[in-house]
Amino acid sequence: MIRSEILKEIAPILRDQLVVCNIGIPSQELHAIDDQPTNFYMLGTMGLASSIGLGLALAQPKPVIVIDGDGSVLTNLGTLPTIGNNVADNYILMIIDNGSYGSTGDQPTYTGKKTDLAGMARAAGCENVVEVQDVDTGKALTAALESGKMTVMIVKCDSGNAKNPVITMDPVVIRDRFMKAVSA
Amino acid sequence: MSIDKKITEDLVNAGISFVTTVPCKQLAGVIDEIDQHPDIFHIPSNKEDEGMGLCAGAWMGGKRPAIIMQNTAIGVTINTLATLIQYYRMPLPMLISYRGELREPVACQVEMAVYTKALLAQMNIPTYHFHKQADAEELPMILDYTFMCNKPVAILTDANFWGGYGDQ
Repeated sequence: MIRSEILKEIAPILRDQLVVCNIGIPSQELHAIDDQPTNFYMLGTMGLASSIGLGLALAQPKPVIVIDGDGSVLTNLGTLPTIGNNVADNYILMIIDNGSYGSTGDQPTYTGKKTDLAGMARAAGCENVVEVQDVDTGKALTAALESGKMTVMIVKCDSGNAKNPVITMDPVVIRDRFMKAVSA
Repeated sequence: MSIDKKITEDLVNAGISFVTTVPCKQLAGVIDEIDQHPDIFHIPSNKEDEGMGLCAGAWMGGKRPAIIMQNTAIGVTINTLATLIQYYRMPLPMLISYRGELREPVACQVEMAVYTKALLAQMNIPTYHFHKQADAEELPMILDYTFMCNKPVAILTDANFWGGYGDQ
């Protein structure tokens, strides 16, 4: 499975949750599959989805699901110790690990080689780290939501992108409707 | 009241309850105060752009955030300021130690000091420079202003403000 197929499959689970979605094609895919005011689309700032989601989870009680990528996490590795040491049990970091920089032409990342993100997350102090195969994502995400425990999911899948238009929604509109959904 | 306590009280009185920090020698006292204050959630960051991400999320979650960092971090955070904080129009008070100014003992710090105000001006970031401790009287107004206009706002605090470094 590629990321867009996973997103299609888990869209019914994501629909009622606060979702912070990674820059580039992941946000375009989620936007095309099921645009919701509860989705915060990143339009820039590679690497910060997990940080934005953690700040949000620490600030309010609703569950927060971050859809991140292997390349983005690698660019902000300092996030893992911050997550591991500031436990928010309403926080799920779902790293779609396809071993490539999808938005820039599928260049390989180091997680497709020797680097093990799950091992890095555990070494950083994250307690509930689960490695999931693409087909099991929905089951694992539901389990993480039901556990009420901060969870880091490493979802292994194939490299590849769906073709979708860029998001033209104004960033202040994305942010404003998201904040209204957060406080609703 | 010490200047560290005053700054912390001003943050709390402005409704700020989520503070991220990357340390600087000059900021050690205020970071201690923030860490101990019961009304502030203090979350140290490993890098300042990460900290700005945390602040963006906390603000969308209903908390008023602030970041405390050194001016060298301007070099780290230009993209985050432009594409996250400014693009989505979010408020962010940035209490910044202005290293490389008068009484600075470390020559390398001057290298970023000479770019600091130019970079902030280039980004149209409202910038205040505390040189004497009396300048901090304006801090409550600056914080109100930040959350009024939903912009990042820089408060540069130099070595004279903090009392210098020993004999320097």
